[in-house]
Amino acid sequence: MKLQIHSLIARLAAPLVALGLALSPLAAQASGESLKLDRFPTEKLNNEAALQNGAKLFVNYCLNCHSASLMRYNRLQDIGLTDVQIRDNLLFTGTKVGDTMKTSMSVADAKSWFGALPPDLSVTARSRASADGSGADWLYTYLRSFYRDTSRATGWNNSIFPNVGMPHVLWELQGTRGATIEETKSDKGDGHGHGFAKTVISLGADGIRTEKTEKLTGGHPHEGTEISLTPAVGGKLSQADYDGQIADLVAYMTYMSDPSAKTRQRLGTWVLLFLTLFTALAWWLNKEYWKDVK
Amino acid sequence: MAAEKNVETTGLLGWVDERFPLTSNWKAHLSEYYAPKNFNFWYFFGSLATLVLVLQIVTGIFLTMHYKPDAARAFESVEYIMRDVPWGWLVRYMHSTGASAFFIIVYLHMFRGLIYGSYRKPRELIWIFGCLIFLTLMAEAFFGYLLPWGQMSYWGAQVIVNLFSAIPIIGPELSVWIRGDYVVGDATLNRFFAFHVIAIPLVLLGLVVAHILALHEVGSNNPDGVEIKLKKDAKGRPLDGIPFHPYYTVHDIMGVSVFLLVFTAVIFFAPEMGGYFLEYNNFIPADPLKTPAHIAPVWYFTPYYSILRAITTEFLTWGLTPFLLVYLAVVWMSSAKALSKLIATIAVGALVVGFMVLDAKFWGVVGMGAAVLVFFSLPWIDNSRVKSIRYRPDWHKYMYALFVVVFVVLGYFGVQAPSAIGERISQVCTLLYFGFFLFMPWWSEIGEFKPVPDRVTFAPH
Repeated sequence: MKLQIHSLIARLAAPLVALGLALSPLAAQASGESLKLDRFPTEKLNNEAALQNGAKLFVNYCLNCHSASLMRYNRLQDIGLTDVQIRDNLLFTGTKVGDTMKTSMSVADAKSWFGALPPDLSVTARSRASADGSGADWLYTYLRSFYRDTSRATGWNNSIFPNVGMPHVLWELQGTRGATIEETKSDKGDGHGHGFAKTVISLGADGIRTEKTEKLTGGHPHEGTEISLTPAVGGKLSQADYDGQIADLVAYMTYMSDPSAKTRQRLGTWVLLFLTLFTALAWWLNKEYWKDVK
Repeated sequence: MAAEKNVETTGLLGWVDERFPLTSNWKAHLSEYYAPKNFNFWYFFGSLATLVLVLQIVTGIFLTMHYKPDAARAFESVEYIMRDVPWGWLVRYMHSTGASAFFIIVYLHMFRGLIYGSYRKPRELIWIFGCLIFLTLMAEAFFGYLLPWGQMSYWGAQVIVNLFSAIPIIGPELSVWIRGDYVVGDATLNRFFAFHVIAIPLVLLGLVVAHILALHEVGSNNPDGVEIKLKKDAKGRPLDGIPFHPYYTVHDIMGVSVFLLVFTAVIFFAPEMGGYFLEYNNFIPADPLKTPAHIAPVWYFTPYYSILRAITTEFLTWGLTPFLLVYLAVVWMSSAKALSKLIATIAVGALVVGFMVLDAKFWGVVGMGAAVLVFFSLPWIDNSRVKSIRYRPDWHKYMYALFVVVFVVLGYFGVQAPSAIGERISQVCTLLYFGFFLFMPWWSEIGEFKPVPDRVTFAPH
């Protein structure tokens, strides 16, 4: 009798296990919203010209407010620049080639202008990684998703970083984008049960705002906000060229977040080759010794 | 004058042997330590754990040379190691990957003990020392994780230290005492550094020595669970034993090289391991004013963290209380001694009353602790007639498989942000986890056991 009960438990356990596994992806989805990120073109990481251009963009645009205080200028030798090139093209006056990349903006100015010190960007390409994509994907999407929003102090907003404190520094290159924001909310205000209302906010590339709210009938609406951006207008670069520049910049920031990555991978190949050989030898040695064991 | 010691060795070795038990120890622990010849895959992890321990100590020493245990400089000093110290990146990645590798190896090593009954008489002390090593290792990992001073380091430590504040009466004071401050701060970092680099490693090394001494005293178990010392040849050597050196040294070298292939593949090509070995958030310097949206411990703690989160007031009432009452009913229906029944009744009664009186957070901490400590009891709760899973009833294998699945599922939900369904599944898994151990005295003796051979099963290579 006892035996039967336990084989029953064993039989019950199997589907339970299957259930547990089947449910796990559901739970993963239930936990937190995910961002839809554009994919950073990773081949840029192996392109020295792109990395050098990225470094130039970084120094010209980002370093005015952000630091990369863990990164030394002369480390840029990694991406094919000489100390002379670095000194002549990338250094601010008064900085030495062995210094780290520090912004010239003072902390007090930063606080009064932006309310907070802009974050150090040394390892941002690593910290921004998530289940949605790599840190490079995030940066690549973020830097291309600014839109005009006159309700913000800077006049700018970002579709993947709502109410960001940073203005669109590269707007002259990209031009300006408008946005259509669709907010679906349940309206419990009128006491007639559960209804949904959709508010559509249109922000023109010129910053002009229109807003319209309508009640939703039928269908199965969900609460949420969707932002779609309009194409950029008035930029110095075409959409494709701008994307290319941003990809260069992100390639540089990715390199900067882990400068030894390339050395590491190159070396790793040799290490694995050596260990494969070593494993074969160890296997052979073991086999020879164990012949004695009967 | 004391009599001269008689030694077989001559020359320099003889000189040493007259003064130090070198040759005798070499023989006792290596060249004449007889290990069963039928070790399989699962027996690599003991030597691998030793290897990783050494790697962690050696890389740790080099990291200490450049690391600054100072809240203002810790984060940048780690990046300094990664960038400006020659080969610093390699040493650091070895250390961070080594931490995860250590837990993978130790979990597999413990699982081996579990399925082959390696904790059973006469190996109870080996197991106890092993459990203490596991506890110490968890402490070592916890203290070490604060040192990079990233957001996850900081808030992970904050959450775990805050758990102590759930202890009634002394809790709040205790957590301040542990931190040395009202929040995790410079004082906390300094003491965690001290624990991580000296206090805990000393304990760890001592325990590892005790673990191995105890092992060599009674001899290794094996996949058949047969005592090889019961069948000896004329010279008193176990018939199924072979000298550890050279047979298992060459064998372990092979294991080490395969392990290193995997280990270096991670170090050189995926040191973050998808955010599991190095968490993305930890590349943001610790900020006491910004709480991350989702705080999760590193993967190796997540099964226990899941148990902590699963224990809610609702679960205490509708999950654990009925569970304990069923347990009590089983105890009363069993042939246990009257005294055991009385103790079980008092214990369950106290817990059930405690569930009503004290906060669920406190019981979460107790549950998490119990989930680790319960391993200590294994030698005394396993009543199986045979040691090895090989000769136990087939459905016992499903029990162990279920336990592994429960452990993995708990780990998975410990990584995820809290969710209603995750909580429910974690609660079911928590009951299964504890059920596995609490009911083991009964289920382990039921079923049709297979005959255990006299000698180990071994096919020459």
